[in-house]
Amino acid sequence: MSTVTVQLFASYAESFGETTLQISIPTGSTVRDLIARIRLLPGATVLPDSPRVAVNRKFALPEQQLGLGDEIALIPPVAGG
Amino acid sequence: MRHASLVNREVDPATVLSAVRDSRCGAVSMFVGTVRDVNEGRRVSGIDYSAYIEMAQAEMDQILAEAEERFGVRSIAVEHRLGSLAIGDVSIVIAAAHEHRSPALDATRFVIEQVKVRVPIWKLEQYDDGVSEWVDPARHTGVTGA
Repeated sequence: MSTVTVQLFASYAESFGETTLQISIPTGSTVRDLIARIRLLPGATVLPDSPRVAVNRKFALPEQQLGLGDEIALIPPVAGG
Repeated sequence: MRHASLVNREVDPATVLSAVRDSRCGAVSMFVGTVRDVNEGRRVSGIDYSAYIEMAQAEMDQILAEAEERFGVRSIAVEHRLGSLAIGDVSIVIAAAHEHRSPALDATRFVIEQVKVRVPIWKLEQYDDGVSEWVDPARHTGVTGA
């Protein structure tokens, strides 16, 4: 197992009541596995069916494997402009 | 010239325009986004913009690189404001210069459409009745997630 830090913003930070989450996941876990863990937490009802996740500041696919030291963030629906 | 920035001050369209002007170019296209006073029928009093700044910067840099590649613009710039904005304030300015008008106009349009779908910036809309809500553009079209 390893622990990853997940950054939260905007509506997600508000719903979880935190700006970061510490999540324990087995080595070799994917973005999809991480989301499954996060869904168990209070506040997760804010998440849509397929929440967008950024790894190292790029949008990641669900099957992307996570590595130690990755910068991970959950990205709420964007509304720039 | 290529320039993307997120700023915590007023965005001045004239400054962005000056930055992209180029004597080789006969066309400069500009898009200016401002805060409007009504959204979805509710009276808006202001908007707080926030961002995942490091990623937003990287995405905006990437979008401008793509615009250069696709449209061959000589210079292109985008400035997005963060923080608390009032009605009428400028939230974003995009400017693109090309020898001819069509690619300049297309590049500007491309950048704003891309910003709206892939740059991690959020807005918390404040309404006249004291309520505030996070804006989710997809919610109004029945689309969720990405």
